[in-house]
Amino acid sequence: MSAPQQTADGDAILKVRDLNFFYGDFRGLTNVSLDIAKSRVTAFIGPSGCGKSTLLRTFNRMYDLYPGQRAEGQINFHGNNLLDKKQDVNLVRAKIGMVFQKPTPFPMTIYENIAFGVRLYEKMPKSEMDDRVEWALRKAAIWEETKDKLQQSGLSLSGGQQQRLCIARTIAVKPEIVLLDEPTSALDPISTAKIEELINELKDDYTIAIVTHNMQQAARISDFTAFMYLGELIEFGKTDTLFIKPKQKQTEDYITGRFG
Amino acid sequence: MKLYSRRILTNRIGIALSMIAMAFGLAALMWILWTLFSNGFAALSWDFFTQDTPAPGSEGGGLRNAIVGSLMIIGVTTLVSTPIGILAGIYLAEFGATSRFAATTRFVTDIMLSAPSIVVGLFVYALVVATLGGFSGWSGSLALSLIAIPVVVRTTENMLLLVPTALREAAFAVGAPRWQVSLKVTLRAVKAGVVTGVLLAIARITGETAPLLFTALNNQFFSTDMSQPMGNLPVVIYQFAMSPYDNWVSLAWGGALLIALLVLAINIIARVLFRKKSTA
Repeated sequence: MSAPQQTADGDAILKVRDLNFFYGDFRGLTNVSLDIAKSRVTAFIGPSGCGKSTLLRTFNRMYDLYPGQRAEGQINFHGNNLLDKKQDVNLVRAKIGMVFQKPTPFPMTIYENIAFGVRLYEKMPKSEMDDRVEWALRKAAIWEETKDKLQQSGLSLSGGQQQRLCIARTIAVKPEIVLLDEPTSALDPISTAKIEELINELKDDYTIAIVTHNMQQAARISDFTAFMYLGELIEFGKTDTLFIKPKQKQTEDYITGRFG
Repeated sequence: MKLYSRRILTNRIGIALSMIAMAFGLAALMWILWTLFSNGFAALSWDFFTQDTPAPGSEGGGLRNAIVGSLMIIGVTTLVSTPIGILAGIYLAEFGATSRFAATTRFVTDIMLSAPSIVVGLFVYALVVATLGGFSGWSGSLALSLIAIPVVVRTTENMLLLVPTALREAAFAVGAPRWQVSLKVTLRAVKAGVVTGVLLAIARITGETAPLLFTALNNQFFSTDMSQPMGNLPVVIYQFAMSPYDNWVSLAWGGALLIALLVLAINIIARVLFRKKSTA
């Protein structure tokens, strides 16, 4: 599967070409090529260790934090190769936000959790910042629960609320792409439903890439799905097609629960 | 059944032995504390805090000069070693994961942690006191800083290493540069632990005598001039406890009690702070 797999419609915001990833000598990704469609939800599924999180972490250069991890190939974003050494990684991360598996509120107030990222790249008066914080919390559907306790610690919220706070914090910076790395795997079903609803609302304004272990979740919320196995992209296409009429035997085996 | 009763017997013997060991250790500690408290409290009085150390042969006297001197020397030490120690700890934990320079720093810090304090005192004596000509409060603070800094460095580093990777990555993920991630997110996450480290460092240096013997020396008179020899509790205790004058010996007990209470207070504050953090 080294030939580029184009998405069926929409403009591609990220174009991944011949991406290889290495953990030291171990090859984590092999010749991955795909397009992430703008304002759509793209899901990555596959068994543990198949490289889906690894792929997501190349999009915002998160692997850069660890010596010994490196990526080769191209990830085009507005005409720039994100993997270029000269690329300012902090700017990349401001444009391509990420939410993690476990909720990770910063050890500060709810208000400051949101304002922290905004202050990094924008200078604005207090009143404008207040508006931005409210906007982000509303967008993440957590304003009603937090509006009376903005000055309380972010850690005082429940797990599901913390995760929505993390999403609010990510979109407050106004990124173009939001990467979600198994955002609901540590949450209960009700919190999961809320986050899924939220993803559905956010996709009008943001491009979303989500890694999930839950195939039903991928089927419910995504427009495109990529199935990965052993570091390779096995099949990529419209979610409906991939789940109903998979072209590859391995994909079919996985989504019907025969392995993985 | 025989095997079972033997096991019960072994169990009882084991418990009895460890109880005896504990009683032995605890008795020694209680004895020390009892002696310290009974002799120390007898020495405490209004004069103890308001008068200066008495001249040989004169009656009464107090430890005002030594208390103030100790507080000043420890205060300066804290002001110097806290920022240096914390920043160095941040460097080791957040920036120097693999660099050779960091590995060397870590190694030297470990040596400094276990270096005998008398060596530190001699070092500062040779380097500062002997060359600049004279004992001084400043050189006392310098010597104590050399003891306190490694403690702060190591606790700060160890605390920062406890920060979950996910939190660090999350801070990077909003586009924060490394120094902001360190100072505003990870350091804040372990604030209580770092403060505890600083407090324990202060507790550690409060009773140090040897480094001050070679640096701040002592001063019989009240002085707040850090560039002159300065009275301080540990050295006064050291000199007075072995003197032939009863009032001096009594003052030494009082000084010892004061230090013990101060260290106890610092330890309790540190524990409360740390517990509050771990339940939050």
